Amino acid sequence: MPRIVQKKRKTINTLVAWSIGLLIFFPVLWTVLTSFKTEGQAINDPPLFLFFDWTLENYSIVQERSDYMKFLWNSIIVAGGSTILGILIAIPAAWSMAFVPTKRTKDILLWMLSTKMLPAVGVLYPIYIGFIKLGLLDSRFGLVIVLMLINLPIIIWMLYTYFREIPEEILEAARMDGAALWKEIVYVLTPLAIPGIASTILLNLILAWNESFWTLNLTAAKAATLTAFIASYSSPEGLFFAKLSAASTMAIAPILILGWFSQKQLVRGLTFGAVK
Amino acid sequence: MGYIELNEVTKNFGDLQVIKPLNLNIKDGEFTVFVGPSGCGKSTLLRLIAGLEDLTSGSITIDGNEASDTPPAKRGLAMVFQSYALYPHMNVYKNIAFPLKMVGLDKDEIDKKVRNAAEILNLTEYLARKPGQLSGGQRQRVAIGRAIVREPLAFLFDEPLSNLDAALRVGMRLEISELHKRLNSTMIYVTHDQVEAMTMADRIVVLNNGIIEQVGTPLELYRSPKNIFVAGFIGSPKMNLISGEFADKNNAHTIGIRPEHIAITQSEGNLIGEIKMSESLGSDTFVHVEINNFQQNITVRAEGEKNFIRGEKINLNYNKENLHLFNEVGEKI
Repeated sequence: MPRIVQKKRKTINTLVAWSIGLLIFFPVLWTVLTSFKTEGQAINDPPLFLFFDWTLENYSIVQERSDYMKFLWNSIIVAGGSTILGILIAIPAAWSMAFVPTKRTKDILLWMLSTKMLPAVGVLYPIYIGFIKLGLLDSRFGLVIVLMLINLPIIIWMLYTYFREIPEEILEAARMDGAALWKEIVYVLTPLAIPGIASTILLNLILAWNESFWTLNLTAAKAATLTAFIASYSSPEGLFFAKLSAASTMAIAPILILGWFSQKQLVRGLTFGAVK
Repeated sequence: MGYIELNEVTKNFGDLQVIKPLNLNIKDGEFTVFVGPSGCGKSTLLRLIAGLEDLTSGSITIDGNEASDTPPAKRGLAMVFQSYALYPHMNVYKNIAFPLKMVGLDKDEIDKKVRNAAEILNLTEYLARKPGQLSGGQRQRVAIGRAIVREPLAFLFDEPLSNLDAALRVGMRLEISELHKRLNSTMIYVTHDQVEAMTMADRIVVLNNGIIEQVGTPLELYRSPKNIFVAGFIGSPKMNLISGEFADKNNAHTIGIRPEHIAITQSEGNLIGEIKMSESLGSDTFVHVEINNFQQNITVRAEGEKNFIRGEKINLNYNKENLHLFNEVGEKI
């Protein structure tokens, strides 16, 4: 009878997994549903689940009131720019840590990670003043630099773990074959680490896309990204849940779609190194 | 041309000195084998020559040019690694072409050389395959192909056959020897397998604990090992090393005699022993014999298939010329 027990167990596992999945996904689902309700239905008691008058009016109002495309474009530039810049700096950094480690390499890695433990608000004041002095306030360039810097430790850590899995002999072979350092990195190391680099890029894109603390504090009108776009619908405009939901849905849609199509890479990135 | 000189070369890893001050000249066109047990420093020595490790002190010259501080890419040497170290994302063609691409050769020239190397190594039909789709022997050939295309000053082989199965190993051994005859270039080959060393080398360098125990042709090492270490390392099965009364009688601390230099006779010989065990290989039989007053059993090599019965008494004969005499510190007298 072991087969039946197994089947039963499988059913239970599936049910549990689906329940947890739905629980985690519920706020997103609720946001999307609310975005199709009228403001009245959005705050109805008891809450309406599927049976309400579906409407697209919130979307048109949101698009009318604020230029979605401008925020989207800013988000793309800021997330993309900070990721590309971060990767360009992190590849040589991770190379040196993985292949020519010194006594202090582990300390540097830990120190880098420790900067992520610091509450961001702790350095808001100096960075804000710095931005004013440098004229970077509300500029996409400034935001790219800050987001790159705050995510750099994670990028370097991830790449470091990927690079560590590449047999050093292959790089030595490249050296013997006459490859200078940059050729070794461009022709051998990078292509070998493509899966790792891809998932690092994806994760970093998501982190930068969803970043709100620095975006809200360092931008106003010109460089504001989609997170600022959502925020603009929360407090100042009162409790317009349906419009807020429509704005949120529009803001998360691009990254959600990207994430959906690259699930495989992402999962590999998040669980990398967990099992041999 | 490719002669390599090592002058007072040392290498430390932390506090551990893995290569003690060492001098060695490798002649142009010579097939030199570094042999020794695990951890003797032979691979480190090869990597020092390659430039993959930095010298702690001393100097290395290649073709008379000081190369100690030259990066590996500029030393003009090619290396074949134990793990093959092929580029897994490139096909065979691109793997072989890689060193030529690095020198900046034009495409037609690269194509000609790659196809030529592939021809020599029987790889023509595999050029489009990725390393993952090749067998161990084919991968090893690609690694060799990558080394030969660039016509290096010298080839460095780091235990290239130890990942292959026994049959393939013998075949590749011959192929590498033939390659050496054809190209006539300097080759340095690291192995822990003394059979590979004996069969392939023009000259063998026996290493132990970071020092050179002896340098010589295979037969020089076989016939007159300088010390007990070399005596025990070269030759299979191992030379019998006997100390005690038998050695004292010959005015030595230790006596060495090779299993093939002891004969089993029907008539009276100079030793009598009792058979403890025999191992039959078909072509030879190794007999382990216990002899009175000897601290350990000795091995005797008998030709062909023979049946030996445990406990049987046998007469053994040896020629005094074949004895190797060593003093207290293990050096040849």
